[in-house]
Amino acid sequence: MIVAGIDVGGKNVHVVILKDGARAAQGASATGIQKAQAAERLYEETLRKAGLKREEVGCVVATGSAGKRVAFADACIADAAADARGVNRLVPSARTVIDVGAEEGRAIKISPHGKILDFAINEKCAAGTGTFVEAMAIALEMSVEEMAAISLKSSTSIPMNAQCAVFGESEVVSLIHQNIEKQDIAKAVHDAIAGRIASVARIVGLEKDIVIIGGMAKNEGFIDSLRKEIAMDIPDDPDFVGALGAAEAAAKGLLEEKVAVKVVGQEIVEGGEAS
Amino acid sequence: MAEETKKEYWRWPESIWVNPGIDWEKGTIITAGVDVGSVSSQAVVLVDGELYAFSNTRTGSDSPDSARKALSIAVDETGLTVDNIDYCIGTGYGRVNVPMAQRTITEIACHARGANFMYGPEVRTVMDMGGQDCKAINCDDKGKVLNFMMNDKCAAGTGRGMEVFADLIRVPVWEIGPRSFQVKKEPPTISSTCVVFAKSEVVGLLEKGVPENDIMAAYCAAMAHRIMELLNRLGVHEKFVITGGIAKNEGVVKRLEKELGIKTADKIWYKHSYKDYPFDTQIAGALGAALFAGAMVSKGKVKSARKK
Amino acid sequence: MQAFYGYKDGSGEWFIVIDSDRCDGCGRCVEACPADALEVAEDQFDPLSEKPVVRVKEEERKKIRYTCAPCRPGYGETPPPCVVVCKTRAISHTESWRQSYVKK
Repeated sequence: MIVAGIDVGGKNVHVVILKDGARAAQGASATGIQKAQAAERLYEETLRKAGLKREEVGCVVATGSAGKRVAFADACIADAAADARGVNRLVPSARTVIDVGAEEGRAIKISPHGKILDFAINEKCAAGTGTFVEAMAIALEMSVEEMAAISLKSSTSIPMNAQCAVFGESEVVSLIHQNIEKQDIAKAVHDAIAGRIASVARIVGLEKDIVIIGGMAKNEGFIDSLRKEIAMDIPDDPDFVGALGAAEAAAKGLLEEKVAVKVVGQEIVEGGEAS
Repeated sequence: MAEETKKEYWRWPESIWVNPGIDWEKGTIITAGVDVGSVSSQAVVLVDGELYAFSNTRTGSDSPDSARKALSIAVDETGLTVDNIDYCIGTGYGRVNVPMAQRTITEIACHARGANFMYGPEVRTVMDMGGQDCKAINCDDKGKVLNFMMNDKCAAGTGRGMEVFADLIRVPVWEIGPRSFQVKKEPPTISSTCVVFAKSEVVGLLEKGVPENDIMAAYCAAMAHRIMELLNRLGVHEKFVITGGIAKNEGVVKRLEKELGIKTADKIWYKHSYKDYPFDTQIAGALGAALFAGAMVSKGKVKSARKK
Repeated sequence: MQAFYGYKDGSGEWFIVIDSDRCDGCGRCVEACPADALEVAEDQFDPLSEKPVVRVKEEERKKIRYTCAPCRPGYGETPPPCVVVCKTRAISHTESWRQSYVKK
């Protein structure tokens, strides 16, 4: 059985293709402004990588903030549902999932079966997302990776007062004018967003094991700051877990014949249905 | 950084005014209010409760300097100095940095009081948007605060939100209002509530070839909508007035009036004798502060700080 | 006088409302708050008044959603401790905190 999961996020698209339960291929690319096209292109490319043809794929499930734009998907599921499924497969002992992407930061409490029990979300506000980190990096005139690397060299804690990406940018500029070391500012940036994410996670309770996924899980500066508040696991390829979860949903859908016909844009919001 | 040479699209022009009909040396109580905002600073001087001088200038990177500058510019060439002032109150975002102030009062209380003086005792709701905040205030006929709500956490719905937009499309903020009405019909508003995400949305619209004026209309409409939500949560009552820099942006004001179904009061001084004086909505905070100073001195609640 | 402390952003409206006409400055809520987010001080919105009232601390105002989160206002369980101990019903969270997410 061959299935695919496509996660169309604010910044990146991720695709995971599973063949009989194992990862056949995966791919990532920038979403850009033409989201549907980006998803299509990446899907084609990933199929090629797997040596598969479109017709061989039994079911495609999309997710992500622009998941509904994937015209060729058989169904679209909520991000939280995809996250829950993906993490449950990779880390069956996980009970709390933290997902920080470009546009949203969320915390999900899951059951041993991967069912969503509670969730808290920081949405439509750049401050609790990867976009915040990007904006601060621009203000510091370096890449996100560079900013993460130098933040690890700092041993000073400066609190950031601004709780907004726009005001934060002014604050960073003002700190630069005050001749504060860039590494200390970088650390302050990561501490600030880590604090917000930890707070979102506390809303659902921090039951172990706690797993963090999403693009930000690859940011070593952010993870370093967050580890000071939360003990958590990071799976390999944390930014692919959403797509993996969508692929798992596709597999389940095929098995249970939930998705017999092509139902474009139909949303299956998990939570409340029997697992 | 090349900030000085970069074109500034988002600064309202400065203004200074001195009342030709008052000789401060003949006054009994002279008070001052200094409002140090994130973007602009204002100073107002009252002589026996009458408007004597005011200034509206840019806030520099140093708040105490900005405060000093605002006051000295207002009374430049009048011979009046800080030593002649009985009581000075600082307000605004940078109020702790007004070195010549004897005390500070929040801008919420000051804007209500200032709006009451400028527009009259019929004012019941004041909306003030400054550089980094947006406040909705309900007050009584004496300008006393009955309830209020302020947002200074999120840039959307603040002057900064408009600045970021002006910088992005490279149009001076004083042109945005008028140009936003030069459209065939009202376009759909910008859907992102967050300024950072709205920026990407605007870039997308520009790339699609949407005309600039339409984008301005969409952005002003989005901002008006955000303000309306804040106001409706609190409750809006007439007379409704707007203070702060945003009052000068017709693109936002007219759309807000339309959404609320309430018109803002005309920008005319309540006192008839003031009818030829300039009416700058940005001085409401400093004016309120100066009025509080006057009330405190005349009621004997505080000692005069006057040296000469 | 009703003071709304907090903020509104893309994720919602998060305000604590303190009614200074009802508040008698007793300070029970200050003691009850596990996050130490409240304090009693002079009424900053009525400069001519002498009565001390409670307010949200300046450093908590702009992240109040997270500060209050452990007490779970809006989840429909018991009201937060500050609300429970107030004898004059001077303090509350706005309706917008109500959670409609999936629960156990």
